Amino acid sequence: MSDIKIEGYEFKPGFKGMAKDTGSDQTMFKGVHWGKAMMWIFLLSDTFIFSCFLISYMKGRGSTIIDWPNPSEVFGLHVFGVDVPLLLIAIMTFVLITSSGTMALAVKYGYEKNKKMCGWLILATAIGGLTFVGMQAFEWSKLIHEGVRPWENPFGAPQFGSFFFMITGFHGTHVSIGVIFLFIYAYKTFAGHYDEGKRGWFTSMKGDYVEIEILGLYWHFVDLVWVFIFAFFYLW
Amino acid sequence: MDKTKKQEQTSTHKIGIYLWIWGLLFVLSFFSYMVDWYQFQGMLRWSLILFFMFLKAGLIMAFFMHLYWERYALVNVLLWPMTAIACFIFLMVAEFEYTVFTRFFYFVVGG
Repeated sequence: MSDIKIEGYEFKPGFKGMAKDTGSDQTMFKGVHWGKAMMWIFLLSDTFIFSCFLISYMKGRGSTIIDWPNPSEVFGLHVFGVDVPLLLIAIMTFVLITSSGTMALAVKYGYEKNKKMCGWLILATAIGGLTFVGMQAFEWSKLIHEGVRPWENPFGAPQFGSFFFMITGFHGTHVSIGVIFLFIYAYKTFAGHYDEGKRGWFTSMKGDYVEIEILGLYWHFVDLVWVFIFAFFYLW
Repeated sequence: MDKTKKQEQTSTHKIGIYLWIWGLLFVLSFFSYMVDWYQFQGMLRWSLILFFMFLKAGLIMAFFMHLYWERYALVNVLLWPMTAIACFIFLMVAEFEYTVFTRFFYFVVGG
């Protein structure tokens, strides 16, 4: 993180430091593992993809003259004889934030070389993600039962379905991929690959706990995207 | 030399900061759910939704994704491209307002 040292190089804080780092005729992101820098670049491009989806949703919703379906009714659940608005979505949000918190702690324990805590926390994160995907599958099947299709729905503007399936589907895909990697990394942590510096499958890079942080960046990003989807799609 | 470098890199932040942020995220999510629960409408609703959303996103990026502790060279490379998204949003707002205007107009006047 921030407390790095490179011999013969003076670190300066703030924008002066940025100018010096950028023009230093060496690596620009000093003390940042290349995998981490690449993950950030990937997340930046992913941000643009999700932004395009959400902006096209904004444009579609803004330019239709038929009433948009009221999300708090469409996504409401009928439990114990009462209608609760957005109940499932609220639970999904809390599950995803919980898993984000366990991931942040996993990164911390990883850097402290606490193999057991790190592994269990990654496993907890994976289970949280799995729960999220399961609830999303439930939500999709519920809406499909009610007649929501990408081209029509019984609640209002026909564009609703296509935006809903596209945006939540793309996010759900990200979560699913994340869950797969979380399970793999939990195994690798327990097996001690990061302590021994065992090389990975895709790269000849030696195993290091920085990989947990890279995975964590991806997972937090998935949570971050959900924050925006929750606000714009479900609450708006 | 390699060993001392490793030692320095493993220094981490206290667990308290993560737990605080975690708790705050729960509270903020609860608040944004309450916006829907109490059915606030109009400007109040939108401003509350956006306020909680940006606060949550900022907390996640700053502390969970460690951007607060990263050097400016990385932070600025990541955050400046967001202005392009903001431009795109403004363009598309103008576009959908025009589209909805023409739709209403030709519904009234006829094609």
